[in-house]
Order: sequence, then C-alpha cells, then structure tokens
Amino acid sequence: MTEQIDKALAREYEAGFVSDVESETFEPGLDESVIQRISEMKGEPEWMLEWRLSAFREWLEMEEPDWALVDYPKIDFQAISYYSAPKSMKDKPKSLDEVDPELLRTYEKLGIPLIEQQMLAGIAVDAVFDSVSVVTTFRDKLEEAGVIFCPISEAIKKHPELVKKYLGSVVAKKDNYYSALNCAVFTDGSFVYIPKGTRCPMELSTYFRINEQNTGQFERTLIIADEGSHVSYLEGCTAPQRDENQLHAAVVELVAMDNAEIKYSTVQNWYPGDENGKGGIYNFVTKRGICHTSAKISWTQVETGSAVTWKYPSCILKGDNSVGEFYSVALTRGRQQADTGTKMIHIGKNTKSTIITKGISAGKSNNSYRGLVRMNPGADGARNFTQCDSLLIGDQCGAHTFPYVESRNPSAIIEHEATTSKVSDEQMFLCRQRGLDPEKAVSMIVNGFCKEVFKELPMEFAVEAGKLLEISLEGSVG
Amino acid sequence: MSNAKNLLTIKDLHASVEEKQIIKGLNLDIKPGEVHAIMGPNGAGKSTLGYVLSGRDGYTVDSGAVTLDGKNLFEMETEERARAGLFLAFQYPVEIPGVSNLEFLKASVDAQREARGEDAITSADFLKEAKAACKQVNLPIAFLKRGVNEGFSGGEKKRNELMQMLLLKPKLCILDETDSGLDIDALQVVAEGVNSQRSADRSFIVVTHYQRLLDYIKPDFVHVLSDGKIVKSGDASLAHELEAQGYAWLQKEPAEDELEG
Ligand SMILES: Nc1ncnc2c1ncn2[C@@H]1O[C@H](COP(=O)(O)OP(=O)(O)OP(=O)(O)O)[C@@H](O)[C@H]1O
Ligand SMILES: [Mg+2]
Repeated sequence: MTEQIDKALAREYEAGFVSDVESETFEPGLDESVIQRISEMKGEPEWMLEWRLSAFREWLEMEEPDWALVDYPKIDFQAISYYSAPKSMKDKPKSLDEVDPELLRTYEKLGIPLIEQQMLAGIAVDAVFDSVSVVTTFRDKLEEAGVIFCPISEAIKKHPELVKKYLGSVVAKKDNYYSALNCAVFTDGSFVYIPKGTRCPMELSTYFRINEQNTGQFERTLIIADEGSHVSYLEGCTAPQRDENQLHAAVVELVAMDNAEIKYSTVQNWYPGDENGKGGIYNFVTKRGICHTSAKISWTQVETGSAVTWKYPSCILKGDNSVGEFYSVALTRGRQQADTGTKMIHIGKNTKSTIITKGISAGKSNNSYRGLVRMNPGADGARNFTQCDSLLIGDQCGAHTFPYVESRNPSAIIEHEATTSKVSDEQMFLCRQRGLDPEKAVSMIVNGFCKEVFKELPMEFAVEAGKLLEISLEGSVG
Repeated sequence: MSNAKNLLTIKDLHASVEEKQIIKGLNLDIKPGEVHAIMGPNGAGKSTLGYVLSGRDGYTVDSGAVTLDGKNLFEMETEERARAGLFLAFQYPVEIPGVSNLEFLKASVDAQREARGEDAITSADFLKEAKAACKQVNLPIAFLKRGVNEGFSGGEKKRNELMQMLLLKPKLCILDETDSGLDIDALQVVAEGVNSQRSADRSFIVVTHYQRLLDYIKPDFVHVLSDGKIVKSGDASLAHELEAQGYAWLQKEPAEDELEG
C-alpha cells in the first residue's frame, strides 16, 4: 500500500513552467553597492536606503540559525542575484494594455487572469513577478472606499508617513537572520491600509511568482488595519521547476489597531524540488502581527510547496481582549522538509489564541510543528487552545511536534492536544471497495483530515486548496 | 452445471492471510437473482471470503478460480471489482474523519458511473437519491453530512453500509453480518433493504449467525462454512436445523477428511 501511495504522490508540478520574458537581472553578489543599486532601481528616498543599509550591517554580524529540524547545504549568499525585473517593467506601464502580454499569459496559466473582466469578481490582485509588482487590479474601486492597496515600492514614495511609522514596527530589523537580510534587500510586495471603521469591499490578494534563475525573492508585505476596520487578504506563490535551489525570504507585518480584524490566508506552492530532493525553493519567512485592544488576527496557511520551509506566523496580543488564530495545513512529500508553527504572545488581559495544525507527511519527508505560547505576567485570564494533528502516509516519513509553553501568569489557561494517525489500510480498502481509485482515496482522506482548517479559508481559496492537495497527492498511490 | 449463467463461480479456492491458510478448497455457484446465506462458527473464514473476493491487500489467493460475470476476478484491481458490481458491506465499518458521507458516496457513485462511461450524476439528483436511501434505512438526513461512520453507533454503521448498497446498486452484494448488533427494528430495516433490492439481476451473499434474519429474507440456499470450506448446503430449512443443533455435528466429517488427506 505504501508503495501505491508513494507513486500517487509522485506528482507533476503544474506551475513549473518558465516564462520567456526578457529581464534585467543583477549579477550575483551582495554588498552595500548592490543595496544602493536596488534602492536606485526603485527610485527610493534617502531614508529608505539608510534603513536598508543599517539592516545590512546588522545582518553581517548575525549567524544563520540552525535550530529548526531542517537540513540543507549552507547557502552562498554571494551566489544569489538580488534583483530581477522584466525589462518591459522599466517604464512603469500605466495600464493593463501596456503590460507585456507574456506576463499576463504567465498569470493566466497559473489561473489568475489579470484582465478585470475575466477576474473573479470580488478579489483584487497584486501580481509580483520576481522583484517587481507587475500590476495591481481594482485599484480605483478600492480607492473609493479609501483603501490603499499598492506595491510597497510605490507606498514608500506615496505614503512615506505610514511606511516610516510601521515598517519594522512588528518585526524588528534584527529580529532574525532572514528578516535582517530581507530588510536590506527586499524588492517588492504589497502594502495595504484600511481606514478607520472601513470594511474592505473586496478580498485583497498578492500572487508571487519567481521566474528568473539564481535569483532570490525578498518580498515585503505590510498591512495596516486602522481602528474598527476589517480586511481579508490572500497570498499565493509558485515558481518554475529548476534544479538549483532558490531562496525566498519574506517578511510580512500586520498591524491591527483597536477593534480591527485581519484575516491573512496563504496558499504556498513554491516548487518543492524533485523526488530526490534536487532543486526547490528555500522558504524562510517571518510573518507577525500585532493586535491592539479587542483586535483580531487570523492566520490560515496551506503549505504544500518548497523544498525547505521555515515559517512561524505569529501574533503579539498586546491589547486587552485581543484574539490570535493560527490554522495550518502543511503537506510534505518526497524529500521536502517543513518546520512550521506559530508564536502566540499574550500580553493583554483576557487575550485568546487558538492554534489548529494539520501536518501531513508522505514519502521521505519531515514535517515538524513548532509553536510557542507565552503568557506574560499581565495576561490575566488569557487562554490558549492548541491542537496539533499529524497524518502519516507510508512509514519512511517523520512527524514531530515541539510545543513550547511559557506561562508567567497563574490565571492563564493553556490547553494542548496532539494526535498522530495514519492513512489506514482499512480506510483505503473501504474507498477502493466502493470503486474509488487509490489516488482519489488518499486525497479524499487527506482532505477530510484538513477540513477544520479549510473551512477557515475564503471560499474561492478553499476550493483551490482542496484541488492543490489533490494535485499534490496525484500519483501517490497506484 | 453450466457456468455461463452464473454470476459468481468459485472453484476450489484456497486463500491465506499472513501465510496462514484460511480458505481451504471452497466451491460456490451463484446465479443472478439468488440469495445465498452463509453461516458458520466464528473464525471459519466467512469474512475472509468476502475480503478475498473483493481484493483486500494482504489476502493471498493460493489456488483456485473465481469468475464474476464470466470474467476472472483475480485479474481485476479492488476498485475494478467494485465497478464491476461487487459490493461488500463490512462486518466492522471503518471511519473516515472529516469526509462527509455525501461526498464519499457521490465520489463512489461517480467513479462507478465513469467506469461505465456515464457522466457524473448531478448534485441535485444525487441528493434526492441519497435522502431517499437515508430514509429507507431509517437514518436521519443529517447523517449525510456527518463524516463517514464518524462517531456512528454500531447499528448506525450497519445501516450506513446498507445505504451505500442502495445507492451503488451492485450486482453482487456481500453482506457480512449486517444484522449483528442491530435492534429488532433495525433487523427488519436490513431485511427490507435487502428484499427491496432483490431482483432477477442482483444476487446476495448474506453472512449471518442468526436464523432470525433469514426468516425475513428467505434465502434460496443456506451454506455452512467451517474451517475454510462449505461443509453443508441446503435450503432455508437448514438454518432452522442449525439453530436447533449448532455446528458440532457438521464439523466431525471434515475433520476425518483431513486425517485421511
Ligand atoms: N491478519 C490475520 N492474521 C492472522 N490470522 C488472521 C488474520 N485475519 C484473519 N485471520 C484468521 O482467519 C480466521 C478466519 O477469520 P474470519 O474473520 O474470516 O472469520 P469469520 O468466519 O468471519 O468469523 P466471525 O464469525 O467471528 O466473524 C480466523 O481464525 C482469524 O483469526
Ligand atoms: Mg466475520
């Protein structure tokens, strides 16, 4: 049976194509002059360059972390190119008509048509291709509501007061090795501002695509939900199939002011490498949000791609009565390695957090949950509930759970549940006896296992995520 | 006996699990429309027979031949046998958490339709059929939304098996103790479920320990399976004899056979 499942898992990576786009790409290498050039390409103000350079100097003093349960060769940061952009983007296209059709085709192939008439109504998209944002749709409609949704490179120029105030306010420059690197070299990403009391009229989403070889993608996202506002944001990612590993080191900062709510959903499908672990994206991401009084941040992630994932979307529950949630599905197969989880830092009174994770391991992969729940001395009446479920497919994979709990407040309540199960022979037999082929059986069982998390995703994404798992598991049985 | 007309033909079947021989020379012919009851002591190999016929992994056929509709059963994958119309109602149904009964059943029905070259059934049509099936086995409609067997009581699981049979409309239904663990009413539900499905082109193998069920179902044949083979066959009256006398009187004979062999 194991053999069948492994075969079913040997899927095709559908997003693995390369787009034929002429790009301007920096020579590999990293020093202060490279950062100066990035800043220049972006036409940034002086303060931004200074900010980058100070981060770079911090980074030089830092050590690459090795505490995660992942194993990969040392990254040569001088062998990476830190900037690549389609040449056609040089003179910023003013409208969709001016955007290189090859770029539009790329997104269409990925299922994200950027022509507004063809788009899913109700979702605005920022399409980031390598180091630049290609286009952001529905901007006019959003502006009417006072919502700012634009590439961060543009926000730096147009909304410097907001960027200056909040960039690096949740994730400090020297928070960790990769975040420091990101601060120094980030190229694009999305910026969102929702004004007071506004409910964002549509879902916002950013679609990240790595295309160029040997480039790193360093995206930076900043979302500010002002008092009493509400926004749902989605993020998707893919990359071509290449034999070399590529680095993706993103930083995402969320600020939820009093009574605001941010729902952040990710479907991560970076190229995972082949069966033997050749190629694939190193996905080293720092995502963190801060909740002020009675605010709520909800992270939902479906992680099926990347060769190595190192990612802990977290919530700082600073304000009283604030709420943090983390829902995660992480699927690893082949030689993939994922070390992912969350941190819930309870500072305010009566803060609440919920953590629900579903780890699915197949093939020779390794899947770890690592989570920290900290109750600070002032967090009277705080509560956390954590549930970590692991599903094993076959017997050569690994699932690990590392829950860290630090409680400095006796009135705080922390609950933790963990289960490990297998796709059983009996379940497979039942499905096949009813006429289902083994692939369908596995994907159905896995989808059932993930149901609790999928129901947290916005509708369009839930369907997408279910399909993604299906593709991911295709050929895992036979 | 002409095989051509048989729906199922089992010839001198030997099968084992974990290198242990369980089925030891079993013969059985089933014609379309017939209902065969199989009785026999615990551990005789009744469930094993169902698993071997439906192609469960780990159950090895050592020798013998089985045809379904004239086709060699052992050349078909588990799911192909199901699509060819073989259905097994499990003695111990397994749970699939998070997968709704409805979703599971629709996928199963669609897989079988696809194999027959038919289009998938529309959700609306399927829902109608599923609700009717639910009603027929006396399960609340809410069970369609619940995970497959997830947290179902023993009796509910058995009714759920029957519901699946109603929706899949198989040619050969193997019911493995579908009447065990049922209350009196449910027993009738199962019996009625089977009787309602009896037709000239559908056959049943009903494994049971209780003659009571057979009073309702009225099988065409009753077989006693003991130590891996059929040691006695008869009509419905055999079930009454067994109820009165147990199996001991039947088991002597095969034991002597074995000594000679
Ligand atoms: N995986 C296995 N490994 C070893 N022995 C097995 C295995 N599965 C079944 N058996 C044995 O095969 C024999 C037949 O089992 P089976 O379940 O077919 O009996 P049964 O006739 O259905 O009994 P019951 O009336 O109790 O349901 C039993 O002795 C059982 O212990
Ligand atoms: Mg049995």
